[in-house]
Amino acid sequence: MKRIGVFVCHCGINIANTVDVDRVVEELRKDPRITHAQSYIYMCSDPGQELVRDTIKNEKLDAVVVAACSPSLHELTFRQASAEAGLNPYQCEIANIREQCSWVHEDRERATAKAVKIIKSIVAKTYLNESLEPIRVPINRRAMVIGGGIAGIQASLDIANSGYEVVLVEREPSIGGHMAQLSETFPTLDCSQCILTPKMVEVGKHPRIKLMTYSEVEEVSGYVGNFTVKIRRKAPSVDWATCTGCGECMEKCPVKVPSEFNRGLDDRGAIYVPFPQAVPNKPVIDRDNCVYYRTGKCKLCESTCEVGSIRFDQEDEIVEEEVGAIVVATGYETLPLQRIAEYGGGEVPDVIDGLAFERLLSASGPTVGEVRRPSDGKVPKEVVFVQCAGSRDPERYQPYCSRICCMYTTKHAMLYKHRVHDGQPYIFYIDVRTGGKGYEEFYHRAEEEEGVVYLKGKVASIFRDGDQTVVWGTDSLAGRNVEIRADLVVLATAVVPGTGVQDLAKKLKIQTGENGFLNEAHPKLRPVESITAGFYLAGCGQSPRDIPDTVAQASGAASKVTALFSKDEMEQDPMIAAVDEDVCGGCRVCISVCPYDAREYDEEEEIAVVNEALCEGCGACVAACPCGATQQSNLTDRQILEMITASLGEE
Amino acid sequence: MAEGADNETTPRLRLDREKVRGEFGKRLDSLSEQHILACYQCGNCSSGCPLAEEMDLLPSTVMHLVQLGQSEAVLNSRSIWVCASCLQCTVRCPKGIDIQKVMDVLRQMALAEGIDHFGPDQVDPRNAAEVPQPGLVSAYRKLST
Repeated sequence: MKRIGVFVCHCGINIANTVDVDRVVEELRKDPRITHAQSYIYMCSDPGQELVRDTIKNEKLDAVVVAACSPSLHELTFRQASAEAGLNPYQCEIANIREQCSWVHEDRERATAKAVKIIKSIVAKTYLNESLEPIRVPINRRAMVIGGGIAGIQASLDIANSGYEVVLVEREPSIGGHMAQLSETFPTLDCSQCILTPKMVEVGKHPRIKLMTYSEVEEVSGYVGNFTVKIRRKAPSVDWATCTGCGECMEKCPVKVPSEFNRGLDDRGAIYVPFPQAVPNKPVIDRDNCVYYRTGKCKLCESTCEVGSIRFDQEDEIVEEEVGAIVVATGYETLPLQRIAEYGGGEVPDVIDGLAFERLLSASGPTVGEVRRPSDGKVPKEVVFVQCAGSRDPERYQPYCSRICCMYTTKHAMLYKHRVHDGQPYIFYIDVRTGGKGYEEFYHRAEEEEGVVYLKGKVASIFRDGDQTVVWGTDSLAGRNVEIRADLVVLATAVVPGTGVQDLAKKLKIQTGENGFLNEAHPKLRPVESITAGFYLAGCGQSPRDIPDTVAQASGAASKVTALFSKDEMEQDPMIAAVDEDVCGGCRVCISVCPYDAREYDEEEEIAVVNEALCEGCGACVAACPCGATQQSNLTDRQILEMITASLGEE
Repeated sequence: MAEGADNETTPRLRLDREKVRGEFGKRLDSLSEQHILACYQCGNCSSGCPLAEEMDLLPSTVMHLVQLGQSEAVLNSRSIWVCASCLQCTVRCPKGIDIQKVMDVLRQMALAEGIDHFGPDQVDPRNAAEVPQPGLVSAYRKLST
């Protein structure tokens, strides 16, 4: 007969106020299957754990049930305490009488009776618990980072500088991301290029970073510690090994298409590098727009290239990389201007978005840092900035706050004043949110010293009248509607997840939330990990954030990866699916329901088996198995039936 | 009392750089020795003002309108005359703006512009004791200028 001890926690008054703990202990002592029952005010405290350990030894217990808070809080605590006293940790179970009893009830009498039932049902389960050993899985100490913006760059450098190899995969021809487009950064007004490009160069030259630009993840298989990733290396149509990056080809190219990097404010050729500081600084041919690919004639770039690096017949390549951990740093896009028709987005030429204004301010931008409006190149004297263009609008656009706009708009207005001294910036806002170091002071500086006009209220419509762009909004602090005949309007469009993130998330089997951003394992306590083991998150792919937060998170994700790599092998929870080989008929229903690809068909044995390293113990296959061949370890059908019987009061 | 001017209805404010950063704000700054743009509209002056209930514009609204160069709305308001110069706003302001002094200058500006605000003959002698001092004094000043 198994000797089971039950330890009932008062949790101060959290449990004891609603549940009569002494009576619970009395009831438990009457149960012949319970060897020992006892209560204590704080079971998780040192003396509480000491009590559990001593009783295990003195009473020669085979298993322990701790009736306390949710197992997500202290299951590990008590399993460790039990192990220290010589028990197999999986012989320790938690009966949750706080979240599932005392906190949700008021009637002391009935709550006490319910607590007894909860404990007895866990005792019934524990009776049938087996002693388990954690599953050990080897780790491939090599990381992949998806996305080469500042988040991916920082994560790659941190992991590589800790001594591990990194494969950095970037979809665009260059790393750098949106940060490379920025002029200066709030609140210090550091030049974005000046702080970013040295890091880009470091990535490009790092002996432990394998840089794969113009590449996309096609397929991921495997599990934490042992992933295999297929990557499509898109054909740049240029042999990068021999190309010197001289740029002659780009000058000769007769094609003109709007430059993505400069937000359409100027043009690039069909053969191009996105910007002069690109890493790698090698061109690609945009086949959709290239004259040769469209008509079969031209090849001007080929005849210009002195080293003969143009490769019109180059094909995409699929390569495979083996890695142990993957950092997902896919970044953001902004809501397209065209989506916001009432603000003239896409219709009125002098209505642009924040990233376009960054390019106008940038010394390396299409106007060499002079603020000139797109319609006629005039220097605008009245500039209106509209915040929350598509953010905080659950009815029509995005419900959330895009978080970076308050500060970048303030920066825009300030930098505009620095360029155009007699110009006047106006900012329409709902709230000015300045939660960051030095941010409030930056906002005050804009208002107080730079004379930026802040108008609290939304803009109703923006339209063109002659060469002016008329803004109709409201100033709720004055209680008046406002009209400004502007020369240029800048919309702080909502930050949205990068294009293709949904598809990528499906390939990686990681989760996204309702707004399409990647989901973390726990919003407070595990913010840089995905719920799927082995995947880590960094940057705006998870939710909108500024550069300091992105860099901090990227370093956090990198340190999680290096912590994983600090061990030779990993321990995984053994409470996963197990198959009774004699019962399994090989119907494969389990394979179809498994969200983790952990169920496989063994052709030889003609049964479905479990890949222990992949199984997360969700129980989907256990529920689906028509013949009961698949059972969850320590949560078998028999255990569940016993628990139900106990819950019903043994009737 | 002064005519409420525009304060009865809410016509659209037309803002441009001449208006919002024009002479009015500069003069106000220089006469009051305050920096109007330092106000970030927290509303602490209004919430502590003992006479706010009698005003057509809250003190913080007065500050906001002067930031936008809206001289007419402010100089024609009752608020600048209802103000009792009790200094509550001044001691409460987190940015250290002497708001009472701003109010004082606004009254002087209104007088200088000859805005018909209040005459001593309008005061019922029985209530004279209850009229705020600055109002009463300025009424006589107007006669003397």
